[in-house]
Amino acid sequence: MNSVILQGATRLLVALILLFSVYMLLRGHNLPGGGFIAGLIASAAFILYALAWSMREAREALRISPVRLATVGALLSLGSAVPGALQANPPFTGLWLFLGGGDGEKGVPLSTVLLFDIGIYLAVLGSVLALFFTLEED
Amino acid sequence: MGWLLALPFLLPIAVGLLAFAARRTPPLARAISLIGCVGLLLVAGAIFVQVLAQGPVAAQMGNWPAPFGITLVADRLSAIMLLLVALVGASVAVFALADVDRHRETLGFQGFYQLLLAGVCGSFVTGDLFNLYVWFEVMLIASFALLVLGGDREQLDGGIKYVALNLVSTLLMLMAIGMIYGLTGTLNMAALHQALAEVEQPATLQLLAVLLIAAFGIKAALFPLYFWLPASYHVPPVAVTAVFAGLLTKVGVYALIRTFTLIFPADLGFTRELLLGAALLTMLSGVLGAASQYEFRRILAFHIISQIGFLVLGLALYSPLALAGTVFYMAHNIVAKTNLLLMSGTARRMAGSFDLLKIGGLYRASPLLAAVFFIAAFSLAGFPPLSGFWAKLLLVTASLDQAAYWVAATALVTGALTLFSMSKIWSEAFWKAHPQEPPQTLASLPAIERVQRMAPAVVLVLITLLLGLFPQPLIEFSQAAAAELLNPAGYVAVVLSPSE
Repeated sequence: MNSVILQGATRLLVALILLFSVYMLLRGHNLPGGGFIAGLIASAAFILYALAWSMREAREALRISPVRLATVGALLSLGSAVPGALQANPPFTGLWLFLGGGDGEKGVPLSTVLLFDIGIYLAVLGSVLALFFTLEED
Repeated sequence: MGWLLALPFLLPIAVGLLAFAARRTPPLARAISLIGCVGLLLVAGAIFVQVLAQGPVAAQMGNWPAPFGITLVADRLSAIMLLLVALVGASVAVFALADVDRHRETLGFQGFYQLLLAGVCGSFVTGDLFNLYVWFEVMLIASFALLVLGGDREQLDGGIKYVALNLVSTLLMLMAIGMIYGLTGTLNMAALHQALAEVEQPATLQLLAVLLIAAFGIKAALFPLYFWLPASYHVPPVAVTAVFAGLLTKVGVYALIRTFTLIFPADLGFTRELLLGAALLTMLSGVLGAASQYEFRRILAFHIISQIGFLVLGLALYSPLALAGTVFYMAHNIVAKTNLLLMSGTARRMAGSFDLLKIGGLYRASPLLAAVFFIAAFSLAGFPPLSGFWAKLLLVTASLDQAAYWVAATALVTGALTLFSMSKIWSEAFWKAHPQEPPQTLASLPAIERVQRMAPAVVLVLITLLLGLFPQPLIEFSQAAAAELLNPAGYVAVVLSPSE
């Protein structure tokens, strides 16, 4: 497809959609959202980019192969179980680290739960794009 | 305890990911996959020993107490299913080394194979209805990938039919899960056992029960929902068919057993009659379908359906002996069926086709292959003293105890027709001379391929023989498992009020 309107809008939208996906990822701990849905949103950004320009350019924009991205993401999610294991907790027990807390402030929460969600995000993004690129290029 | 119960799916997922990452160097991927299978055997063995020693065991994921978090539970039924998965998983993984071509391996066969094992194991240990749905999806994705991997036209055709019907099944299951959650506010199976017993809306409960029978019935290939199975099971490599035949439909039966012993109260109107009718028609239609086929693998595929009828029959009769029969039948059937499909693959390798009219002379070409096939096939048909005989004996005795003579008669007729199909394969493929040139002998295959093909088959046939000659330990185990299923108080207690 070669539409100036679509290409112009995509320039703006891709950045917005990707930003929104990160917002959904971080929001997901206590509110609707999370790694899965955020991964789908992020893949929508790349699919839009691919439709406006081409598969090849979308692949280049992603920089690494989608299958590799999915594998890394899934391994990251599995790896988030390891810190809990070291402390003899049941699998997938959430462990928390608060950065810069004190004086009634809790600080920035970091957790193995977030690590798990980021892994899911990458895994979903990678597998959806792998499917899309394969289907479109055949 | 927590980690031990999570390992049956964590291990294959981790192994699968590593094997997938290494897919471009098949020897490495093979090694990773085989090590994973050995690990799974050890894990399943450890869980089995623990369950034997102390009854049902449970673990709360993420340290969230039931019914808020996801609970993993293993009772005797789960434990033996895990052991069978690990056994079939390891046997077929070895066979696949010889059977699956390099092209499919570089596409990621080993990774998807492990993912399939993870889905099956996850279904057997989960104590949460929604989590069960998730594992069903994992299985569906992995099995679809295995079905179409390599991408023959025929494979895609079978794969689409398979995935379309299975999507209907998961959709029905999701609907039922949503309604159950709306009704009770929980999806923990043990909590549902208590909550659904207090729901005083018999019509709603029956609706939910029928939805779940339909959903799991499609998975299990129950009459009249089995059409996806003969349409798809003959297209992928034999190793894939073998692991599907051994495990996938059995997960559907397992889910039915869990649903109608643990989740729903025992007196649920017409659902038992529905299951009984479906079971009998499944037995008959599967075996009749097989009788009309003239292809090695398609005959076996139809027999999977017929055997599913026997498994559900025990659940429908709902007596201690009948459920014990189902557990015994499960163990017997998974071992014998997987083995028969492995044999069909080796037979094709030697004689050149699955079509019974085009092959022959296998008895002369390989007495070992013939002996293994003979034992597995006649065990399936229920010949004494092989394992299938004891399985059928338990079920037939249970139906006679309830004076359900026509049920017993159907079971016996099905057994006789199974014998007919098995003798057809025997006389066509093994006994008669090959229509063109004599088949390759087993000894003419490369030594390593011979071991990869025959070692799993010999191990499985030895298990069939052991179960047949010394059935008592397994019968006692099955009776204990059935007692646990019929009185889930121990299961509920270990989930909802852990003592630790």
